[in-house]
Amino acid sequence: MWINLVLLALLVVIAIGVARLRSLFAGVMLFGMYSLVSASLFVVLDAVDVAFTEAAVGAGIATILMLATLTRTNARQESLPSNIVLPLLLVFALGGLLIYGTLDMPLFGDVQAPAFSHVFDHYMLASGREIDVPNIVTSILASYRGYDTLGEVVVVFTAGVAVYALLQSQPDKP
Amino acid sequence: MQHHIVLRFVGKLFIPLVMLFGLYVQFHGDFGPGGGFQAGVIFAAAIILHALLFSVDTTQSVVPLTLLKPLAAIGVLIYASVGVVGIFLGGNYLDYNVLGSTAIAGQHLGILLVELGVGITVASVMILLFFCFARTHEAGTVDQVDENDLQATVTPEYDPIELLKARDRAIADELEPYSTRETPTL
Repeated sequence: MWINLVLLALLVVIAIGVARLRSLFAGVMLFGMYSLVSASLFVVLDAVDVAFTEAAVGAGIATILMLATLTRTNARQESLPSNIVLPLLLVFALGGLLIYGTLDMPLFGDVQAPAFSHVFDHYMLASGREIDVPNIVTSILASYRGYDTLGEVVVVFTAGVAVYALLQSQPDKP
Repeated sequence: MQHHIVLRFVGKLFIPLVMLFGLYVQFHGDFGPGGGFQAGVIFAAAIILHALLFSVDTTQSVVPLTLLKPLAAIGVLIYASVGVVGIFLGGNYLDYNVLGSTAIAGQHLGILLVELGVGITVASVMILLFFCFARTHEAGTVDQVDENDLQATVTPEYDPIELLKARDRAIADELEPYSTRETPTL
């Protein structure tokens, strides 16, 4: 309980820090910290696979790619626009809508939640018999939901091709 | 980065260990947290660390783009062709049960191959992305830039004294609102 509160408070503090900083370098580093704190939160929730991914991708690779991007841009954000009333209203309206949207969501850990009521029982009960892999996350990800994961890999591949096509400044050396 | 001897030494010690950990995460994903996505990213991090410490050109002589581009596609192909093999063996697409002598063995083999494909694609795409962003700063690509642009924009960035001055200015700017508060005007 307390550790959740501390971690969530840290997330809020870091988010405010990112929003207030004008130095993009510091902002990138804070984003890395944000990912690391999120990963800790996932560990507390017993979602170690997600935490692993968040720590490796969010805190590791994404930070490095953002830093590499900074070498191609200015390292400082331009100053705020003078008129901030409209953006502020927009942010509050959007935030209000998002909070309103969460009201319909099932309570945390609710056994009646849609995520637990369809194929969840089958995955949990039959995975050991049908697939015999100790990590159920892997059996769902690679076997039961093989199509999804194939799609994800294609997305990663497509993103790589797109970035390469955009940033390639000269033909490859032979 | 050329003179950071401590970083380079520690990097040399750690890069093989990071790679080994990546392989562990790849092939231990059935038993513990991990899998192709995480392993690919960890493996790519080791290569990127090498590129950060020893320059992109040095790393590209070990991991050239001509290797990375096919590998990125080969990973997807491995994944997709596991499904096609399943069809030829009489199952549905991406049905691993028919791959082995028993359903369980087929599932194990299928998951191993599929995760391998994921790992190969993720690792090579991540390294490729980093090379794309970092390559324009390398000496090999600067010759395409107009000489005047080079004098105006690139040179001060590489002057260490100027870099330090710029950093000091940036820090001073950042601290400016606070410094006025702490030093009252007399």
